[in-house]
Parts: sequence; C-alpha cells; structure tokens
Amino acid sequence: MAILHNASLNVSQIRADFPILARQVRPGVPLTYLDSTATSQKPLAVIQAMDSFYRQSNANIHRGIHTLAEESTAAYEGARQKVAKFIGAPSARQVIFTRNTTESINLVAYSWGRTNLQPGDVIILTEMEHHSNLVPWHMLAAEKNLRLEFIPVTPEGLLDMTAYAELLKLEPKLVAFTHMSNVLGTINPAQEIIRLAHQAGAITLVDGAQSVPHFPVDVTDLEADFLAFSAHKMCGPTGVGVLYGRKELLEAMPPFLGGGDMIKRVSLRSFAANEIPYKFEAGTSAIAEGIGLGAAVDYLEQVGMDAIAAHEAEIIVYALERLEEIPGVSVFGPPAEYKGGVASFMLSGVHPHDISQILDTYGVAIRAGHHCAMPLHEKFGLPATARASFYLYNEMEEVDRLVNAIYKVKEMFGS
Amino acid sequence: MDDLYREIIIDRYKNPLHRGELDPHDITFEDDNPLCGDHIRIDLRVGPDNRVTEAVFQGHGCAISLASADLLIESIIGKPLEEIKQLGREDVLEMLGIELGPVRLKCALLSLKVLKAGVYGLGEASDDLVE
Repeated sequence: MAILHNASLNVSQIRADFPILARQVRPGVPLTYLDSTATSQKPLAVIQAMDSFYRQSNANIHRGIHTLAEESTAAYEGARQKVAKFIGAPSARQVIFTRNTTESINLVAYSWGRTNLQPGDVIILTEMEHHSNLVPWHMLAAEKNLRLEFIPVTPEGLLDMTAYAELLKLEPKLVAFTHMSNVLGTINPAQEIIRLAHQAGAITLVDGAQSVPHFPVDVTDLEADFLAFSAHKMCGPTGVGVLYGRKELLEAMPPFLGGGDMIKRVSLRSFAANEIPYKFEAGTSAIAEGIGLGAAVDYLEQVGMDAIAAHEAEIIVYALERLEEIPGVSVFGPPAEYKGGVASFMLSGVHPHDISQILDTYGVAIRAGHHCAMPLHEKFGLPATARASFYLYNEMEEVDRLVNAIYKVKEMFGS
Repeated sequence: MDDLYREIIIDRYKNPLHRGELDPHDITFEDDNPLCGDHIRIDLRVGPDNRVTEAVFQGHGCAISLASADLLIESIIGKPLEEIKQLGREDVLEMLGIELGPVRLKCALLSLKVLKAGVYGLGEASDDLVE
C-alpha cells in the first residue's frame, strides 16, 4: 500500500485495500457504501491480522506460559500500545479495552459515577448525544438522584456555548459530550468545552465514537479526563472498544465487572483488584479483535489521519452542494465547515425508510431512522432522517450516484 | 529452554542466599503477581547514611521470580536508597542474563516492583515502577 501523505488521498488505491468494496449488491449493481457512521468497512490488513492470529497464535492471554500464549499476549498488549500512541495517551496502562463506546461510558457511569456522585449533583450533557451517552446517565441519575442538564443545540445545529457558560454556574461534577454528532455531523469545540469544564471544577468525558475514526484526536492536547470510542467505526472489528482515562481517576475507581484477570488475589470472601488497565478487564477479552484494532490503527496511521480528515472535508462540501440542489431535499445540520463527513437529510413527502429502501435498489447504502438520537430528532420535530456518511474510501462519484438515486425516489413518489 | 533455566537461576531457586525475615526492619513491602499467584515480601534495614545494610526476601513463586528476587537482594546490599530507586527492568534482566516474553517478564520483575514500592514508601505497588 503506497499512500500519499499530502492533502489528497489516492482513493482508488485505498478502495483496493477493502475487499468488500469490490462486491456488487446484486448482479450489475455496484456497492455505494455511505453508512460508515454506523460501522466502517475493514481493510484486508485488519482481516488478515485476525485471521493469522487464529491460524498461528491463538491462545489465552496473560497467564499462559507457552509459545502461543506469549505470542498472543505480546500481540494483544502491542495493540494497546498502538492505541495509546494513536490517541496521545501518556501510557498504555490508561487504555482499557471494552466492548465498545457504549460499554466504555457505562464503565465510567458505574465505577466513577457511583463512587463520586452524590444526590443533587449536576451532570451536563448535550442535546445532540447518542443514546449511549444519555441512557447510562439516566440510569445513574435515577439511582443516585442526580440532576441532568443539557447544552442546547442552536437551530443551525451547533452547541449553544453561551448557554453552556450559564450551566457551568451550577457547578457540575461531570461534563459528558460527543466530539462529533452522528446525526448533524457537527464537530464540537472539545478543547474549549473541556477547558471551561475544568475551570468550573468538573471532569469531562468525550464520546469519540465519531471523532477518533475521522480526524486526529489527542487526549493530551484536549486535556480530556475520559475518552470513549469503538474499533468498528475506525476500520477495526466489532466487539472491542476503548476507554482512555486520566491515571489518577482510573486508579481511584473501583472495578466495573468482577471475575478473572481483574484481580490481584482472591479468597473465598474477598478480593483485591488488579492494577489498571486489567482492573477493568474481567474475563477473557476479545483477543483477536483487540489485535484487529491494532492493525486498524496501523492502517489509519499509514494513510494519515490529517489526509483522511482533509478528504472527508472535501467530500462533504461536494455532497452538501449536490444534495441541496435537489428540489424538496433539506439537509439537517450546520454548514460543511463545522462538520465531518455526515449528511442527514429529508426529502419532502417521502419517509426516510422508503428513501433508504429505494436507494438500495441502486446499490446505495445509507441509514434511515433516528440514528440513536431520538431527543435531537424530537427537538427538530423530525421522526426520522436519512443519513449518508463518508469515510476515507468514498469517492466523489459516489455522491453523484446518491444524488441520481434520490432523483429516482422523487420520480417514483412523484414528489 | 537451556537459556531460560541457566544454572544460576536453578541454583538460586534451590539454594537462595538471601531468604529470610528481618525483625525489626526499616522497610518492608509485599505484593503478588496476579497472573500466577507468586508472592514476594522484602525486608530492609537502612543505615544512617541511607544505605541498605541488610536485606532479605521471602515468598513463593517460580524459579524465575525467586531467583531474580535473590539476585536483586544481593545487588542492593550496601547501596544507597536513591540508587535503588533508579533500578529498572534492564538491570534485573541483566542479572538473570536471559530474555523474557511479556508473561514471564512479570515473574522476573515482581521483586523489583516490591522493592521499589517499599523504598518509595508507596501504599500500593504499580507496574509503573518497572516500566
């Protein structure tokens, strides 16, 4: 794989790294995959890393004293090191492998939240959160009698930073927010949100599910206290996610799940917890998937996160331009300069489910629904939206295919 | 295999020179390797010039963890505490004269972790001490 590190990606070369992109949805209909916000496709390097793990090295990690166990431990812990470097974490010990972003956030809610929050304490979230950064806090708020407040979303689809400054006067204990909205595409000013939160004495959790795959994210630059993200949205496999945490916080937190590997010693009636990160990794991990995540990080670094971000910035400008020229289409969210490669839209008189179904006949895969952000849709009075999202392997030509297919939908519905 | 179980490792495992307990002591610390249940305790006596005058270890574990404890203890007698704080994984591996994978490295480094946690006066040992 020879990839240019400057502004523009060699997309056709990148596409050749992803076997699935060569398939036809049905005979004669090529795949136009515009649903990477839900999950990305996987390059051959990731598939092969997992395949060769199972063919060559499969053994349980950490305890075994034989060649296979040594190899699998080294590969799994090597993946942890790669992830740490990728997000600018000071130490690999601050990288906890979970199942996904959702589990990472639940871990913080259960472990940090239950220990550190008292009745009446305030948590600030935003109106554009994915359910994964809402429901864990609803559950904790109900249990501990906490107060949840929300940074409003402006009509343009940006966070209302003036309202945020007001909310901070409530002296929140935690500010948890999405780095990039999976619906609006809005990239939130994370550094500023964190700086203000710290000034107000709050700690911060960044939902990086949509940011880490798409542009450079450095926890040290951001001064983030927690960062959660998933492998499967960044060219890696399903079943593994990451929680990064500031060391002092992680060390002071009680374990989340109990079982093997998370203990230092156990007696019949008690246990002592292991060190971080193992304290939070009970039971046999998703070993092959962790190794697959390491391969995904290698792949993304080889391509270059700056180049990926620049490519998506280019494609979203074109996509918004083309979508907005279709009569009856309204695009949801801020102008291209404030967002990543996500275009959610409505077509007047046609339900998004029908749009998606008809687009599929032309091989165009988009998502339709509330995208796990029901409160945001409610705020804008929309039951559902259609969403096209872009990643490093998408071409300008695929935008054209999307737009042509939307014209077919209009024809069919006479709209 | 022959490399891993060099004569000195088998010898120190079977006939350790620095096993025991110091009562009273100036510094004591103990910890486990959660991967295999190895346990090591180290007791030190420290002179007025902050040098270690006497040192011993006790515990149970594999040949690699106990031999490295015995060699480590031997190497610190007479040394200033400040110098002990600077010891790292390379020092232990050099004493053992072997290379180790990630699993057995934990065995070899348990005694150093215990020693440094004690010398630093920490409440808990951490893998940071031997990184």
